[in-house]
Amino acid sequence: MSNIDVKRTAKLFIGGAFPRSESGRTYEIFDNNQSFLANVALASRKDARDAVVAARSAFSKWSEATAYNRAQVLYRVSELMQGRREQFVEELNLCSKSNKHAENEVDEAINLMVWFAGWADKIAMVTGSSNPVAGPFFDFSIPEPTGVVAAIAPDKSPLLGLVETIASIVVSGNSVVVIASETQPLPAISLAEVLATSDVPGGVVNILTGSYKEIAPWLASHQDVNAIDLSGVESKAIALELEKEAAINLKRVLRPNTKIDGLARIKTFLETKTVWHPRGF
Amino acid sequence: MLKDDPLVLPSFLRDTTNSDSALKKFLNGLSGVDTVGVEERVAKLGTRSIKTTAKAEGIDLAIRMIDLTTLEGMDTKGKVKSLCAKAKRPDPLDSTVPSVAAVCVYSDLVGIAKENLIGTNIKVAAVATGFPSGRISLAAKLQDTADAVSQGADEIDMVIDRGAFHEGRFLDIYDQIQSIKRACQAAHLKVILETGELKTYDNVKKASWIAMLAGADFIKTSTGKVQPAATLPVTLVMLQAIRDFEIATHRRIGMKPAGGIKTTKDAMKYLVLIKETLGDNWMNPNMFRFGASSLLNDLLMQRQKMKNGAYSGSDYVTVD
Repeated sequence: MSNIDVKRTAKLFIGGAFPRSESGRTYEIFDNNQSFLANVALASRKDARDAVVAARSAFSKWSEATAYNRAQVLYRVSELMQGRREQFVEELNLCSKSNKHAENEVDEAINLMVWFAGWADKIAMVTGSSNPVAGPFFDFSIPEPTGVVAAIAPDKSPLLGLVETIASIVVSGNSVVVIASETQPLPAISLAEVLATSDVPGGVVNILTGSYKEIAPWLASHQDVNAIDLSGVESKAIALELEKEAAINLKRVLRPNTKIDGLARIKTFLETKTVWHPRGF
Repeated sequence: MLKDDPLVLPSFLRDTTNSDSALKKFLNGLSGVDTVGVEERVAKLGTRSIKTTAKAEGIDLAIRMIDLTTLEGMDTKGKVKSLCAKAKRPDPLDSTVPSVAAVCVYSDLVGIAKENLIGTNIKVAAVATGFPSGRISLAAKLQDTADAVSQGADEIDMVIDRGAFHEGRFLDIYDQIQSIKRACQAAHLKVILETGELKTYDNVKKASWIAMLAGADFIKTSTGKVQPAATLPVTLVMLQAIRDFEIATHRRIGMKPAGGIKTTKDAMKYLVLIKETLGDNWMNPNMFRFGASSLLNDLLMQRQKMKNGAYSGSDYVTVD
């Protein structure tokens, strides 16, 4: 047994790698007894920019993967989460949750990952349609991913909320840049380690830790981001500013304080393509 | 006039090209390149921070220095035409963006590029001499060059015979460059060393000297078809050779790194490198060029970012 207490250095997760913040900054996090837990990377706007570049370059391959393949990849993530169950529980315990509560949240997060994985090859059937039209056309609509989605994960639900945010966005083929819970980022960092060792291609999920007040405006105004999930934002004033920035290039916006889950959440980040195919004579 | 005729060297250098052994002796007598020193200096200069107005100036200068390049087997007339349109006005939404320095194409497409650049100062550069390998006869190389020149190419990018270099036939390379230079007539000659195939910094330095002695107007790192292409250390070695050559002959040779320069950040590092090695006389498109294609879009996105305050994306620049 090693008697050296190896402290964990928490870093960002961008493009499948774990870089330090470009700015070199870190911030301290504490457990519920106010004792020091870890130094965590404090992401800057340039980290956000790098994450968007990574998400954009990962998008084409991920969105063109078969739905069946995406389902398998996400299912594998839940397998690996299961293997790290104790670690997740401990981290939630440190944050504020009672043991029972923490175990419930981890189990629910794993279940949710499996649930979303199952949707990958069913979304098109449920949300697509063949449309009756007044002409000799076979007309059908199919869902397509929106592109690069920026998201602010809910601060109060550091694992479950994060898993719901990520899974609902990437299951349909989007790539995501997500800002993890500012006060309780440890579960997000562990999730990043899970994702890095799973089959999720680098860049599909990018996790930033730090202040969303600082980074989110840059993501909201970024012209290469196609949608933004603000459902985790609590401050109305900040949310309003973010919505205004997002309007510049007409991003799809999941508005703050929206109570939305399951399939509706997946649908938020889809676009519909309708094809008119000539037929018959 | 000694200075004006690029093929006539000052007397003390003229003897070095009289025979193979003399040239070999001269090149081997050049001081060796300090690998660690070069790489350290490049790393240090690369950390320099260029922001706000200096960055804006740097971006516009870099745009004006670009040889906008397409060198694919699948190049079409339409591709060249759209490349020329982009060269003239890189950002369709912003008329304050300067034009690039030149368009660089294969020799058979020079005419099309010329046609589409009438009324502008944008030069047409043609790669010739059996680009990119250069493994054809001298007669064919001369014919290739003459074709490009007769179609109106303002600049010729030739490749050296790297095989000959590794065999130690330096005078053969020298003679070939001289012959091509004559075939260029009024067109400027850029000599591509293909540094990725020369393997060592010492070789890069020797090849730079051969090219400059033989009358190159520019020396250029790479074809872009071999990895590694342009790197900062290799560029520094070549810039230092240019500096030494100027001291010896009072003749200024231009520099063109090409291949693998994709981001604004890279471009800024190159600008710092020229400024610190050769000074202001080289900080213009007559003396320094970037051989690039995707670099332009990144410069434009950075320019948009500085103007609008929001990060831009590839949807807001033209598709190459």
